Amino acid sequence: MTTKRRDFLRGSLSAAGASMTANMAHGQEHHDHQHQAVPSDPTLRVKALESLLVEKGIVDRHALDALVDTYENKIGPRNGARVVARAWADPGYRARLLADATSAIAELGYSSKQGDRMLVVENTPKVHNVIVCTLCSCYPWPVLGLPPVWYKSAAYRSRVVIDPRGVLREFGLELAEDVEVRVWDSTAELRYLVLPERPAGTESLNEEQLAALVTRDAMVGVAKVVAPQGGGTS
Amino acid sequence: MNGIHDMGGMQDMGPVEYEKNEPVFHAPWESRVFAMFIAAGAWGRWNLDAFRHTRELLPPADYLRVSYYEQWLSGLGDLLVRRGLVSAAEIASGVPAAGEPKASPPLTADKIPAALPNRIHAHRDVRVSPRFQAGQPVRARNINPTGHTRLPRYARGKVGTVYLDHGVYVFPDTNAHFLGEKPQHVYSVRFAARELWGQQAAPNDSVYLDLWDDYLEPA
Repeated sequence: MTTKRRDFLRGSLSAAGASMTANMAHGQEHHDHQHQAVPSDPTLRVKALESLLVEKGIVDRHALDALVDTYENKIGPRNGARVVARAWADPGYRARLLADATSAIAELGYSSKQGDRMLVVENTPKVHNVIVCTLCSCYPWPVLGLPPVWYKSAAYRSRVVIDPRGVLREFGLELAEDVEVRVWDSTAELRYLVLPERPAGTESLNEEQLAALVTRDAMVGVAKVVAPQGGGTS
Repeated sequence: MNGIHDMGGMQDMGPVEYEKNEPVFHAPWESRVFAMFIAAGAWGRWNLDAFRHTRELLPPADYLRVSYYEQWLSGLGDLLVRRGLVSAAEIASGVPAAGEPKASPPLTADKIPAALPNRIHAHRDVRVSPRFQAGQPVRARNINPTGHTRLPRYARGKVGTVYLDHGVYVFPDTNAHFLGEKPQHVYSVRFAARELWGQQAAPNDSVYLDLWDDYLEPA
């Protein structure tokens, strides 16, 4: 059964796609591509699939547009940065965030209390957390948006569990020997966010200014947040 | 399945390649595949575990070679056909079968804000007794199922400590194959890095995995 599925998948990846392409390119090409499983341009395959699904009423084109707009423009690391800045500025919020991240993040409107579960892990001078999904690409969409390519890459997924310090070094982050590294492999349906350390010299910054310092990489745990030049005074 | 996707602990994948100012999507077709997957998923014909498994079934060389959203495209095509939303003939022709009434898409733009926060929807509010509790030493079972599983190879047979009980979730090993949700407790389990990787690991480092009751035994 597995073998059959594999054959099918191989087919659906290349042959069906190629036939869509062949249809669209009909008239310009001869028949010499029929038996080749050369991956065709995904643009054409995807256009053909979208037309089919819209025509059948499986998907709504306006919904597709809205989904793309949501993840390109509305849901991204700025959400997470505001969560982190609030936690830095408000000790009560920080406590709620660490105890029940799902509800605390819902307070800011980025998720639902009844929705998918979140966990926040806190970096300290002696503990450094880093997040991965070794098996696929699980990532906290509501607070960070969609994952970057490196997060989904074989290099990151395979190596960060066995050699976290080496991988972090590639990101420019050198951790002292006495810092405890905790790698969180998102194997289930809980999504992790790292609460980075608040950099020294940012005492005078307000929440909005703090949020501007917080990067996606710091919230995955492959970087630290650095204070702005000039000590963070505005 | 002991597939290429289960790559935690491999060492020959090269350095991490970092793209500065990376766009959310690298081409319009990637964004359309992403959106189609979410929108078609609203039919409820499949679950995330099943989707993950379609990607795992890609031949290993293809899995590593094709881009991430090509994996998605392949998985989406597979599920659309296998779960009866589209026929293989329609995929091949690109045209709907004659005579079928047009369906009503379940996900419309106005429903998106409410749908996204509970997209995964794997937690279950049912009473199931936990087999383990925080602080307890546990061993990840040495299992090698040929279907979908979320117990990575690198943790099998290793001893860790339950850190947290996350509550009750659907069980991927059955859910991915549409064999039922089998809801059970999921625990955050801490494994010392040296338990997983030996003396080359730093003495105080650790890896936390979220593991289901069925993956664990008392240690």
